[in-house]
Amino acid sequence: MTTGPHLAVALDGAGWHPAAWRAADARPGELLTAGYWVDLVRAAEAARLDFVTIEDTLGPRVDPFNPSRDGTDQAVGHLDSVLVAARVAPLTSRIGIVPTAVVTHTEPFHLSKAIATLDYVSSGRAGVRVRVAWTQEDSALFGRREIGEVDLADAKFPDLRSPLSELFDETADYVEVLRRLWDSWEDDAEIRDAATGRFVDRDKLHYIDFAGKWFSVKGPSITPRPPQGQPVVTSLAHAVIPYRLAARAADVVYITPADRTESESTLAVVREEQAAAGRESETLHVFGDLVVFLGETAAAAREHKARLDEFAGAQYASDTRIFVGTPAELADDLLDHHAAGLSGFRLRPAAIPHDLTAITEGLVPELRSRGAFRTDYEAKTLRGHLGLGRPANRYAAV
Amino acid sequence: MSKPVKQIHLAAHFPGVNNTTVWSDPEAGSHIEFESFVRLAQTAERAKFDFFFLAEGLRLREQGGEIYDLDVVGRPDTFTVLAALAAVTERLGLAGTINSTFNEPYEVARQFASLDHLSAGRAAWNVVTSWDAFTGENFRRGGFLPQEQRYDRAKTFLDTALELFASWRGDEVVADAASGVFLRDAAAGSFRHQDAHFDITGRFSVPRSPQGKPVILQAGDSDGGREFAAASADAIFSRHGTLEAGQKFYADVKGRLPKYGRTPEQLVVLPAATFVLGDTDADAQERAVVVRRQQVSGQTAIKLLEQLWNADLSGYDPDGPLPEFDPVVGENTIAKGRASVRMHRDPLATAREYRALAEEKNLSIRDLIIQVGGRQTFVGSAATVAERINELVQADASDGFILVPHVTPGGLDEFADTVVPLLQERGVFRADYTGTTLREHLGLDGGPA
Repeated sequence: MTTGPHLAVALDGAGWHPAAWRAADARPGELLTAGYWVDLVRAAEAARLDFVTIEDTLGPRVDPFNPSRDGTDQAVGHLDSVLVAARVAPLTSRIGIVPTAVVTHTEPFHLSKAIATLDYVSSGRAGVRVRVAWTQEDSALFGRREIGEVDLADAKFPDLRSPLSELFDETADYVEVLRRLWDSWEDDAEIRDAATGRFVDRDKLHYIDFAGKWFSVKGPSITPRPPQGQPVVTSLAHAVIPYRLAARAADVVYITPADRTESESTLAVVREEQAAAGRESETLHVFGDLVVFLGETAAAAREHKARLDEFAGAQYASDTRIFVGTPAELADDLLDHHAAGLSGFRLRPAAIPHDLTAITEGLVPELRSRGAFRTDYEAKTLRGHLGLGRPANRYAAV
Repeated sequence: MSKPVKQIHLAAHFPGVNNTTVWSDPEAGSHIEFESFVRLAQTAERAKFDFFFLAEGLRLREQGGEIYDLDVVGRPDTFTVLAALAAVTERLGLAGTINSTFNEPYEVARQFASLDHLSAGRAAWNVVTSWDAFTGENFRRGGFLPQEQRYDRAKTFLDTALELFASWRGDEVVADAASGVFLRDAAAGSFRHQDAHFDITGRFSVPRSPQGKPVILQAGDSDGGREFAAASADAIFSRHGTLEAGQKFYADVKGRLPKYGRTPEQLVVLPAATFVLGDTDADAQERAVVVRRQQVSGQTAIKLLEQLWNADLSGYDPDGPLPEFDPVVGENTIAKGRASVRMHRDPLATAREYRALAEEKNLSIRDLIIQVGGRQTFVGSAATVAERINELVQADASDGFILVPHVTPGGLDEFADTVVPLLQERGVFRADYTGTTLREHLGLDGGPA
């Protein structure tokens, strides 16, 4: 097994910079076409990346760090990321595919079978990033529930019960339901026993009987246990309440440290929460998230960013660290943070295809030349890429 | 002036989770692995079918308090399979059932609009309703809907989704890098909808899709269901596949269109149909008998009879006579999660018919169930079946058929290879696709407003 960081890219429209769609090589008219997404994921697969994530929100994407001037200057309109993932899956063969799913207003039963089915159509490469939707605008799209005024600053206080902490507790329940439903069929439940006329062994199908504060789900799933057993669950976290969710429920958490010191301190908090959740013995990958503006020289990278900022009329800002430099400098940076304990990175290309190509054709060969990234896939499933075994079924009699 | 020759529409139904599907056949493959879906969809596309159809059920069926294990159990997620099939087909329509009770319009509209983009205009939505608390146990809101409100909610659900599809006109995205204008209209996608069932507002995140909106299918047979279809559907999925019943249904639903300002060709009538082919008609008849016995094992016969009797009949011999007692009248408590149970509207009268038939022909329980369960819609040589299909369509018993193979995934191969070429020779079925979208295949314009 190659040592070195795991690598994922976060795909989002024309890139994470609000003016990325205006870059010379952008394809702004194709953002809603299947061919665009297939090309991007194939490029990531050709570089042997662990996985791609696909951003998603219920309503039009709003970037609070980089507000639109007048509502006409940013790329608006995006597809459901689970469907995009499914559309791409049959045309790729090894890379993990991790769509984003909003868990606040949606049904865990539907999402569970959707991700299980994504795992079938991708032969074991499915994951999901769970995302909380806290705004009044999100609630109004469904019109089913009132969510109290949420103050994101509450996320920093581990002992404060707030509307925000409630949403994250609900998310932990949601993931518990996803996971129980994935296990609700034992692997050998389908028997097709002609002698007795039975298609399934009903003793190997399990009611999950989940009853929580926010919802109850009976089960079993309508979809048999997926190829990976448990598809990979991921989440993005900026503070202790979301770290706690990841520690309780996720296989991979994306964190947003500003520097190496913060990487170390955040990692320590995540590990404390993991221990508190009783999951010390399980693997929880901690990935650093960063937005990347890349160029063949440091000056070219700065110019690339300056050009996009000029289009936008503002300096790009982000919820996470912004890297501007060459692929070799990025390799240095990633290996430094990897040494600090981060097991991988989720890179957000500022502009696509420019920065995606710089990752796949610049950063990856650079890491390989240092023996720090795989030259070929060593596993067939996403869990396999991440060194996660196929888990036992919680309902199987031992 | 003679009536113009109608073009036939054909669709392929992925075999379902009832006893029509013979999983014990040596040729039977997986109902879950993606390759089975690819195989059937690619066969349908090779045969130039209008669309592929995938049903849905949101809770495993139970009978007598246990999960029903005699039929295929387990299904994939509808949207995920259809989106994946869009990657391995180019022209075939992709239709799926999505329940309007255990979903919300905003999310479903987003998913169908996304599917329509990702398939370049091939999405179709079979709108179904349900109300049972049994299925509701898998969902946040539970079984919240009284039965009598189900079509009302389905109608407003669909109307709401249609408003969302229409919230983008189609000309808003400019994406002009030079001027920096991506969107011509900063409010594109804005909507507000309020009625007794839904109160939602905001902006829809998916710009107008290639078809504008998915093709809308409807399958209800009740008066409420037919009215819903006449008002809102592009195609209706019926169960009336014979000449007389088909013509009656066809005339009834097409007759309901004028009051909605619609013309007959704006609602395509597609009964579900099963088939058994053979080298000769006699050969096919023989095979049909074998298939019927595969579909109705002794155990299955008892279970199907229990659904009518509403009682535990596990002590009865399928090769023996009907129970001496009458069906238990009242709420059906024996079978859960099964739409067909609702078809037994007058169990006592049905039981009287069964007894008379069994006595007259000296039938065992299994023989009787095979007999009353009805034979396959089309049985015969390819030439016979092609002729029969064409007769039914030209006689306005339907506009085509949704074919339900009884074996997964190869059950459509013989039909595609033998019947379709005969229909093409007659000039009543397309030799190749002439359009790219499902609306074009079905000869539909934009659909009901």
